[in-house]
Amino acid sequence: MEDSILTRMGDGERLWLSASDIRKDIAEGTEDAAERGKVPVLTDAEQGRLYDIMAEPARIVSVLPGEEVIVSDDGCSMSFYSGQDGGGVGVPMSRMQAVLTYERACGADSTSIGHSDYSYKPVKPIINFETNDYYNISMTTTAPLFYGAQPNMGLYFQPDGPCPNPSELLPLGEIKAALAAQEKAAGMLRDDLVYVGKRLAAIGCEGLNFDTSGSAGDADFMAALEAVAAIKAAAPGMPILMGASGEFVIGMHGEVAFNEKRLAGMYPHEQVKVVEDAGADIFGLAVGTSTNRTVAWNLARAVTFLKQTTAVADIPVHVNVGMGVCGIPMMEQPPIDSVTRVSKALVQLGKADGL
Amino acid sequence: MHIAHIMASCMGGIRTAGDLVAWMQMSRKMKIDEAKTYVAGKLNIDVMDLTNEEIMRPLREELGIGTVTSVAGGPKGIRAKMKIAELLDINIPSVDLFKSQI
Repeated sequence: MEDSILTRMGDGERLWLSASDIRKDIAEGTEDAAERGKVPVLTDAEQGRLYDIMAEPARIVSVLPGEEVIVSDDGCSMSFYSGQDGGGVGVPMSRMQAVLTYERACGADSTSIGHSDYSYKPVKPIINFETNDYYNISMTTTAPLFYGAQPNMGLYFQPDGPCPNPSELLPLGEIKAALAAQEKAAGMLRDDLVYVGKRLAAIGCEGLNFDTSGSAGDADFMAALEAVAAIKAAAPGMPILMGASGEFVIGMHGEVAFNEKRLAGMYPHEQVKVVEDAGADIFGLAVGTSTNRTVAWNLARAVTFLKQTTAVADIPVHVNVGMGVCGIPMMEQPPIDSVTRVSKALVQLGKADGL
Repeated sequence: MHIAHIMASCMGGIRTAGDLVAWMQMSRKMKIDEAKTYVAGKLNIDVMDLTNEEIMRPLREELGIGTVTSVAGGPKGIRAKMKIAELLDINIPSVDLFKSQI
């Protein structure tokens, strides 16, 4: 069959594929997700609709009028002034100018600020600067303003932090020491998250974002869940968005639990339930993009995980759709043909409440 | 990239009613359809018109909840959010703090 559909690989490489190749990749992608997550595959009709989205000849595609969802800001405002490593375009403007530009020139549904490092640990010593900036900006914005960063438990391990590094201990067979180091780091991370969260709540924070929770494994995810619960107990009126870092919680520890539910190996439809239990208001679903498979394969996978997650969720599910996540190619400048196809498919087929 | 997402599937923020629907997801954990229905009810418009600039632009000005184009003297920022909290019958933390200081 003629290669007639212009599409991309997960690393952004552009290529022509046949209709049968695209259909085959969609089928394989949904089967992969279904097998791993033990969730249903997409129906034939849904796979057909996903094929139609991938095969649309237009450069840019979109949802239909009335189908629009909320786009929650996760550092997008920062990309106006940040550099290449943050996907930023380096315009010399302040945080407030960036936020207001995003709100008023781009029509964003929500905006955000965060520390340039985008981790909570370095926020703690400069919390007074951050709360001052947040308060000043929140007086000028109309759309919801999040404060966002990543829990990022990796920063608590040597040489960046005080705890022994489990990545060094595990290859030496020091299993108990590696588990103890993660438990110690998780406690420190939780306390820092709670400290920063309470300080932000005290100055009227409209929304807190725990982005990429679990990036250092299940103990990282547990610390974020415990922090959400503690902050919600202290400041129930401050909304919290808790996002994940991948389609399953990596079992770096393997035994930690939240509310007696073991976290290692949880897939998104299970992650959302513990996030709900913790008291978060929005769940951020993440599915990694494989760079050596097509966007069609990756997107079919992401939609399969998402569909099951939105079906069981009692809170809104916003999908992480940055570089290398949920079908977005893993590259510095994700192409808008792929980005808009991912947007449309996740909303129409995955029933996302937001992105 | 985020601009592409906004064009493909976003409600439009303060251009339309995107911020209002976002407030309902955040403050009441409403899923998208429930949040849209709630906001449309408060605005007394059809759900389809939540993203209709023709309807939302004058309505936002009339209600004093902030407009995307800058009207001199028109409510923006915390002033607009005070009205939004009232309109949607929700608590917005920054508004609660501001009101406590008046």
